[in-house]
Amino acid sequence: MSNPSSATMSQFRHSATVAIADIQLQGALTGATNKFVNGRITALTELPHANALRDHFKKIRSATLANLAHYLELFEERATTAGSQIHWAQTGQDAVDIVLNIARQHGVKLVTKSKSMVTEEIHLNAALEANGITPVETDLGEWIIQLAGEPPSHIIGPAIHKTRHQVAELFSKEVGRPLPADDIDGLTAEARRLLRTQFLAAGLGISGGNLAIAETGTLVLVTNEGNGRLVTSAPPVHIAIIGIEKICPDWDAAATWLALLARSATGQPMSIYTTAITGPRRANDPDGPEEVHIILLDNGRSQLAGTPYEEILQCIRCGACLNVCPVYKKAGGHAYGSPYSGPIGAVVTPLLFGLEEYAALPQASTLCGACKDACPARIDLPRMLLQLRQDEVAARLLPWRERKAEEFAAFVLGREGRMNFFTKLGRWGQRPFQHDDGLKLPVNVGDGRTLPSLAPKPFRQLWDEGAVE
Amino acid sequence: MKKVALCVTCIVDQIMPEVGVATVKLLRRAGYEVEFPAAQTCCGQPFFNSGFAPQARDLAKRTIEIFEPYEAVVLPSGSCTTMMRVEYAHLLADDAAWHGRAQSLAAKTFELGEFLVQQAGWQPAPAASAPSVTYHDSCHMCRLLGLGGDSRQLLTAVGCTLHEMAEADRCCGFGGLFSLRMPEVSNAMTAVKLDNAAQTKADILVTADPGCLMQMRGLAAENQHVEHLATVLAAALENQ
Ligand code: SF4
Repeated sequence: MSNPSSATMSQFRHSATVAIADIQLQGALTGATNKFVNGRITALTELPHANALRDHFKKIRSATLANLAHYLELFEERATTAGSQIHWAQTGQDAVDIVLNIARQHGVKLVTKSKSMVTEEIHLNAALEANGITPVETDLGEWIIQLAGEPPSHIIGPAIHKTRHQVAELFSKEVGRPLPADDIDGLTAEARRLLRTQFLAAGLGISGGNLAIAETGTLVLVTNEGNGRLVTSAPPVHIAIIGIEKICPDWDAAATWLALLARSATGQPMSIYTTAITGPRRANDPDGPEEVHIILLDNGRSQLAGTPYEEILQCIRCGACLNVCPVYKKAGGHAYGSPYSGPIGAVVTPLLFGLEEYAALPQASTLCGACKDACPARIDLPRMLLQLRQDEVAARLLPWRERKAEEFAAFVLGREGRMNFFTKLGRWGQRPFQHDDGLKLPVNVGDGRTLPSLAPKPFRQLWDEGAVE
Repeated sequence: MKKVALCVTCIVDQIMPEVGVATVKLLRRAGYEVEFPAAQTCCGQPFFNSGFAPQARDLAKRTIEIFEPYEAVVLPSGSCTTMMRVEYAHLLADDAAWHGRAQSLAAKTFELGEFLVQQAGWQPAPAASAPSVTYHDSCHMCRLLGLGGDSRQLLTAVGCTLHEMAEADRCCGFGGLFSLRMPEVSNAMTAVKLDNAAQTKADILVTADPGCLMQMRGLAAENQHVEHLATVLAAALENQ
């Protein structure tokens, strides 16, 4: 399955319907998201003043983004002083070109990668392959979906839709002999063995970045498998690609950021590995790359500053909003047709990649608000979904019949006389379709749900007749 | 006698008037004279939620005009209460005069259970017999208004035994037009909710939101009863 790069209403519904019917997938989704949710709750309960910390973090993020240009310049200056090479990429293609250029300069044929959503966003792997360079994903989840040829279905757990049986099958194919699914340690050991050889052979390591600290020009990367360290230190050249919104003013702010990131993501107090990279290997360092390149990617982000959507730039991609989202939990990540799924994906995908192409996403929510409650930066995702819906109406992206129906309904409800007239008409019109428990219409509305019928007498009539005692 | 205006909501008015009847009964029992402004239609929530802001704005202004003369407004609906109390001010933010009127109305608008407990200080006597219940927290009511405790308190006061379900605050899958735009996803979400409720073995699944009620009823098995808070409480009063 390749990434469709769009999510129209029919695409989303189709993909979600397939996911809902897949019992294995539903089990995997429920299990993984519930585990993350419970972990997050426990980890935040253990933290004294977790809510105050979130408020504080929100302030840090808003203040930083209000001065984004300043902090980015500071980062560039300090990182350059530390010996890193900074590249600015306005579009995804720009970032891809920068990577390809560096790879060509060094005659690279094999690339190891640690998990990075931004490289999914710019379709880097496809571009590398098209240019004769083999990318190897070294995060276990990313490797699994690379073997399967699928896009990630969750921001932090790219392969959470896969059961261990499916994983064992993929690995068996890769090693050319059957591996038992119930031996998880054996499977991981096999992955480790296969990946180790690649780490040493790769001419280039590509990573994302969780935050970029302006004060010292440091790139911070958190991982749980240690693969991030190997990717950024074993090959002679390291390229990190990071969205410009991931800028953090200083180490104090970084401490708050890191205190919330892993807790919100997996429920860990800290990720197992937190790697801070300030420049390439120095003369007396035992190891490390000769060159560190940091690509600061815009790709539509800076356009959001000063709009009702600016707040979305505060996102730290922890995935907490996905885990609590009742729509995501049923539809699964692939329905969103984007590396960013769930509530954050429903907002950021149309903003970055086009509202028309992703018209279903702002609609893929009941506005239940669970995401906003879970978000460490308290991003008001439902409000932005509402705003996107208004944009869709304004851009006439809804089917005209729906638009007309809504306009008509608003007209009817605009005066009680009209409402009375049309509901009376409705009472008469619904008769042929009325059954004991509700309406059964000849068209499939509600996919089998029993629809409510208009009561024989509305409340207002009972009131007028003095029947309300 | 103290007076209160009933905003019955369009769903209750047209589809489940018995909830309105029960609401009036409870308010009277709590010592209030109930008034029903006949001009009321819809608070505008369906239009607001689906991106039709101008239409929602017109209905919001209309609703403000109708209800602002009253001392207090009560709704048997968590989400419509949220609309009037939280969203009107957002919707009318660009117009200082209307924004002020929206805020004044918000300050005297209450969800039914909240009003009975916190404003009326009403404490019903336990009924001779009352069903066991499980309570569904509707999303806007619990997350945006922070309400749900009052409903539970009233249910236990009339003698219901409360069996909490898993994820009581998980969305029922309704979401207004979402339930028609993405019915497959909506129904799958409702199935989870109904299953969580069924596992408690409670007699009745209770909610204070007519929208959720409509959605859950539309998919509940024949032997699973879904009722509005007002209906359950009023029935218990009959039984005292
Ligand atoms: S929107 Fe909030 S909860 Fe969702 S991924 Fe971003 S930071 Fe995490």
